[in-house]
Amino acid sequence: MGAWQSYRLRIQRKRWRIRAFRKRRELRPVANRTSDIAPSDILLFSTQRNEGVRLPWFLKYYRDMGVNHFFFVDNDSTDGSLDYLAKQPDVSVWTTQASYKRSRFGVDWLNWLALKYAHDHWALTVDPDELFLYPFCDTRPLRALTDWLDASSIKSFSAMLLDMYPKGRIDAQPYRAGQDPMEIASWFDSGNYTVQKNPQFGNLWIQGGPRARMFFQDKPELAPALNKIPLVKWNRQYAYVSSTHNLLPRGLNQVYDEWGGEKASGILLHTKFLDTFAAKAEEELKRNQHYGASREYIAYAEGVRDNPDLWCKWSEKYINWRQLEILGLMSKGNWA
Amino acid sequence: MSVGIVMLVHTALDRAEEVARHWTRGGCPVVIHVDKIVSNQTYEAFQNRLSDDPMVLFSKRHRCEWGTWGLVAASQDASELLLEKFQEVRHVYLSSGSCLPLRPVEELVDYLAQRPRTDFIESATTADVPWTVGGLDQERFTMRFPFSWRNNRYLFDKLVEIQRLIGYRRRIPHGLVPHMGSQWWCLTRQTLTAILQDPERARFDQYFRHVWIPDESYFQTLARLYSTNIESRSLTLSKFDFQGKPHIFYDDHLQLLRRSDCFVARKIWPHAGRLYDAFLTDPNRAMSQQEPNPGKIDRIFAKAVDRRTRGRPGLFMQSRFPNHGWENGVTAGRYSVFQGFTELFHDFENWLSRATGAQVHGHLYGPDRAEFSGGQNVINGALSDNANLRDANPRAFLTNLLWNTRGERQCFQYGPHDNPKINWHMSRDPNAQISVISGAWAVPLFKSNKNFAEIRAEAAALQKIESKMLDELRNPDVKARVRIWTMAEFIEAPMEPLQVIIDEIGQKSLRRLAEAPRLEDLSGFGQFLQNLKNQGMHPYLMGDFPVDPAPRNLPGGHRKPYLIKK
Repeated sequence: MGAWQSYRLRIQRKRWRIRAFRKRRELRPVANRTSDIAPSDILLFSTQRNEGVRLPWFLKYYRDMGVNHFFFVDNDSTDGSLDYLAKQPDVSVWTTQASYKRSRFGVDWLNWLALKYAHDHWALTVDPDELFLYPFCDTRPLRALTDWLDASSIKSFSAMLLDMYPKGRIDAQPYRAGQDPMEIASWFDSGNYTVQKNPQFGNLWIQGGPRARMFFQDKPELAPALNKIPLVKWNRQYAYVSSTHNLLPRGLNQVYDEWGGEKASGILLHTKFLDTFAAKAEEELKRNQHYGASREYIAYAEGVRDNPDLWCKWSEKYINWRQLEILGLMSKGNWA
Repeated sequence: MSVGIVMLVHTALDRAEEVARHWTRGGCPVVIHVDKIVSNQTYEAFQNRLSDDPMVLFSKRHRCEWGTWGLVAASQDASELLLEKFQEVRHVYLSSGSCLPLRPVEELVDYLAQRPRTDFIESATTADVPWTVGGLDQERFTMRFPFSWRNNRYLFDKLVEIQRLIGYRRRIPHGLVPHMGSQWWCLTRQTLTAILQDPERARFDQYFRHVWIPDESYFQTLARLYSTNIESRSLTLSKFDFQGKPHIFYDDHLQLLRRSDCFVARKIWPHAGRLYDAFLTDPNRAMSQQEPNPGKIDRIFAKAVDRRTRGRPGLFMQSRFPNHGWENGVTAGRYSVFQGFTELFHDFENWLSRATGAQVHGHLYGPDRAEFSGGQNVINGALSDNANLRDANPRAFLTNLLWNTRGERQCFQYGPHDNPKINWHMSRDPNAQISVISGAWAVPLFKSNKNFAEIRAEAAALQKIESKMLDELRNPDVKARVRIWTMAEFIEAPMEPLQVIIDEIGQKSLRRLAEAPRLEDLSGFGQFLQNLKNQGMHPYLMGDFPVDPAPRNLPGGHRKPYLIKK
């Protein structure tokens, strides 16, 4: 990479930070408990809109994992989830009525909160429908991972988005608040992912899974990106660029080995395809607040009407992280 | 009591306290060195907490940055203090705050009491072992390292480069033969005092002060001068990863550590409560009287290093995306590609499947869809047969298919109708076995019911494509096992090349092919080619077919095919 390109990326990073700084005005604090944060705490950042039904499990899942403090940006929820979050002792929550789209799908808001509160902390940025898995997550807390990453001088940790789906119609089994979504959406595609390198930011661009298989057959290049880098030892100079797909400085995107080896990586179980999905897709379509002119949701709306069964004979049923490791979706790297 | 412990501590002081008390409960005196990086306040609190135990002493503090002299100075001072204050100590065991005794203290005491003259210190000459990471083995003894590796890596590296360039070499003090090994040793009073009270010590210290990572070489080298009985191994179980950092033990390693039979293990994660509980507070654990054997644990860590440095062949994923040429196996398994066989033989795919037991697909890169075996729309790993999805990344399609079907031999058909982009990728894959009968695409044309002008145009196009494919397969960089026959050549004796291919696939036991595939009827084919020639389109890839008489047909299915006997 030449000096000129490197300079341009630097300018771009500053632009995103300035933008995040400007967007801070859109956020109104509802519960700010950030004074409770200890220097070594692990923080979680999320945006949410009407995800009340998912939040109880989400909070429990990450509390058990060892997250110490939650940051939420609530985008004009109407289902009471804001009050629910404000009552939690380890949650700080901000609310906004501003446009999700114009905050670049929440990235600006979270960049601002991370800039202000996450400096020198490990920060996990996930959506309410994403459950993070890392090697040995059934026997070791998240702090074991972050300590190991610190000891290995690794600053960012990748976790590919793995779309989970139920067998049968998506709306066949209703999801109850507090329930483990894996009980319903327990199937996934194990081996149809394609990987390319993004030359500008140096990150990998991964596509595939059931969404590409079912909804993007005619235009595979538009299938949603599945590469994510959700866990970062944050520094106030950093900025997420496009969702958590990539960030700047670009060295943080180097979460893969290019010389034949495997770096350690995790998985984000994506539990989007529950019975709540159809309603959500309709609503998002109306609001038109999603990425790429919501083309993803348009494709879903069409696909979902025809045949909402994402399951096929070769779908795998989720067991645990070791299964995903054997299937080559994630890796232990040299963590043993 | 005969064993004294020197403990180097810089973090997780509460765990260090637990371990220190464990040692003293077992009757072993402990001298603790706390890194200067720890604040005075914390240090004093720590000292106070342990002040009730007369068997615990604290030595003069040094700054112990990794790779520098501080660690040696700390070990020296602490050892001196220990030997002076506890006259009955016979062996000194160097450990760190993140070390955990795995076997009861009495066992270690007994073990060492039975070996009163033995020094346990891993010590090998630099010439003989490839341990070092980063290439500094002999050079660490002959260069100078004034810059910090941690904080000034650039200057550190530059200075090494410059010293190499100008050939700068320090002199190794007379009488020393550099040795290296694990920094965690257990030395006898005799050897240790000989090192510490050596009249030449000032000179040696001055030298080692500027050696790179002296804690791995100072005692290891000097022990060779004085020890009467060196056992070159460390009693501390300590595994290193590919960057030279120690592996860390967690709660889920409990069973592994129990089986390791080692006296002490490092490094233990400070929050691994179950390990500390199990090994420090459980006195009723069955005593194991076996010789320490860290070998059991080696495998798991060796595998981890291998995973990090070599990875799984044929896997492309979020944290493994090898550069061109670094794949360590472009694909996950061996596979066979057949070009021109289905055109020439009737029902070739089923025959191949019977003959080899492999999974035989049709044209995976066909223009309409990927023709998976059995006409499936989706195959292992939920890989779709959709041509758009496949052609968006043809290489990923191939690597995915082979990764998903690991352990089962894959065969598929290929030809000039198919997506040509994959040809180059297959040609440089050592796992590929590519067999081509060139010109066989003419057979379906010959049998078709199209207008001759159309046939001529298509033949010209296909010949051009296949010719380019063959050029790719004949490139000097090709790594695949490629065999190319002209069609004329092939039908002279079809069973011979088939037998070779099938043997190489090697799925079934090496026996002769019992059944031959049925050759398409080719009478009139020579004339067909001649007609093409007459129209100005010269088909050359199929070799020389005489116009008349028609090429020999294979005898029908009733007669036994002619086979070569070995």
